[in-house]
Amino acid sequence: MTEAIDEIRILAPTGVCGSGFLEESFERGLAQKPHFIGCDSGSTDPGPSHLGTGHAAFPRDAVKRDLRLMLIGARRVGVPLLVGSCGTAGGDVHLAWCYDILKEIAVTENLRFKLALIHAEQDKAYLKKRFGEGRIKPLHPAPEFNAAVIDRSECIVGMMGAEPWKRALEANADVILAGRSSDTAIFAAMPEMRGFPSGMAWHAAKILECGAAAVVNRKTPDCMFAWIRKDHFVIQAPDPALRCTPQSIASHSLYENADPFKLIECSGTLDLTNSRYEALDERSVKVSGSTFIPAERYTVKLEGAEKAGYQSIVIGSVRDPFIIRQIDDWTERLTARIHARVKQVYGERLPSDQYLLNIRIYGKNGTMGPLEPVKEIRSHELCLLIEVTAPSQDIASSIAGIIRHQGLHLPIPEWSGLITALACPYNPAHLDRGPVYRFNVNHVVEPDDPYEMFRMEFLEVNGSQFARAAA
Amino acid sequence: MTALAELARLIRSKNAGPFELTFDIMFEDAATYERVKRSGAVSREAVASRYGLPAEDVKFFYCDNACAIKASIPRPSVQGDLLDSDGHGGQQYAPLMDIEIP
Repeated sequence: MTEAIDEIRILAPTGVCGSGFLEESFERGLAQKPHFIGCDSGSTDPGPSHLGTGHAAFPRDAVKRDLRLMLIGARRVGVPLLVGSCGTAGGDVHLAWCYDILKEIAVTENLRFKLALIHAEQDKAYLKKRFGEGRIKPLHPAPEFNAAVIDRSECIVGMMGAEPWKRALEANADVILAGRSSDTAIFAAMPEMRGFPSGMAWHAAKILECGAAAVVNRKTPDCMFAWIRKDHFVIQAPDPALRCTPQSIASHSLYENADPFKLIECSGTLDLTNSRYEALDERSVKVSGSTFIPAERYTVKLEGAEKAGYQSIVIGSVRDPFIIRQIDDWTERLTARIHARVKQVYGERLPSDQYLLNIRIYGKNGTMGPLEPVKEIRSHELCLLIEVTAPSQDIASSIAGIIRHQGLHLPIPEWSGLITALACPYNPAHLDRGPVYRFNVNHVVEPDDPYEMFRMEFLEVNGSQFARAAA
Repeated sequence: MTALAELARLIRSKNAGPFELTFDIMFEDAATYERVKRSGAVSREAVASRYGLPAEDVKFFYCDNACAIKASIPRPSVQGDLLDSDGHGGQQYAPLMDIEIP
């Protein structure tokens, strides 16, 4: 592993393990002799429920299909396979889920390799200790964070940097499955380890972590390939039909980032202010000039989720123009009627601050809520999504029953006699959503070193045998 | 005057993590990008007024290499929180589409 090389080649099969790639592209990528294969398997983008419930966003069979091809390919050509942010949210349960899939593949395919598992879920006592020391700092904007938040969180993960990956690679792991990781760290670890400039390593990583997302003409999720050298890197998609242009590669740094020129990692900031993009041919781009400014203090970002309650929703639509023209007033009166009826039913057992009613009006501002600049309603029908979040599913479900009945018959002055105001497409009219979660942390930890938050274990895998191994 | 949506190849919005929302306004060629950039019609202040925010809440960037203009704002609700209406932040860009470019 210490032999000097003048370029490092990286194959990224897809942007997320479970989203798919073409086998033909993957084979073309392998034929270009990558030094390793990397893939992330998670994100916060699917929302807080994955961290809260322990469930992955992509189907198990879809993850298994992608992981199987990657694992077989990596073993065949004898290079490391690095998979980060396992099971979407990268907690221990998510990592175990992904490890279980990997085991099935290893047994079926009779594969031999040294496996590293890197955990990213955080011990609550550890977090309280660091918080007490003033070493958990808010980012902007950040919710309130304290020991009570730590206690009520379902799961808090740390987003690992490149260093735990490097340690697993130094221990000659053939396959590394990791919990929550910076997507870019998966790809920057080996190039930095082998002495390539951090600016090149992290910038190439930023493009690779999204698979073929940075091409001009992506049809489906697919592979990307990079050649990192001492003062530049070259990026190209293995599928000959896919084109990278200087503009498409430069544009990629905009995606899902608040700042397109400065990308913050645990160990520093990737600075793209002076990056240069040149077309090498009609589908490859050469990038140079990107720099990496080491951080004064190593920080690890936290992601956490807590249960917000249990939810039930009623979906109903309105077609009567009399109701539509007074919809704000009508929903205000409906809200008051629901609260009054809940009070009749539950009395002191359920104070009104113990549950939350929310009425979304599609056709008015359902999509943008408070950001909606269009104030007048231009639609001849509206969809109302009336939701309640309560301390138990039973209460939420009961209040949904109240919502349905109060909503159906809430009168308007234009009609005399009993009206039926909501068209309900489903029977029963309400849907129970189960527990719902919220993100509750936007903070960084200042650890003593880059490893203390990321427990690592090694296993020797030999077909159906899984034996603990030394680092 | 031409609407921004007529000149851009893509206007999009997306989460930049669970706490921020980001907008990308991307152009096919440098000439169109320069025309829009020089017009000054797409600015920190223009984005702030379209989303009812003070200008200092808007991060704003010209990305010459990408022929793109970018802005980021705090999310009105944290992604996935009880009052959030757009978990991926993908449908929040429409108010930018009709900015008039001279």
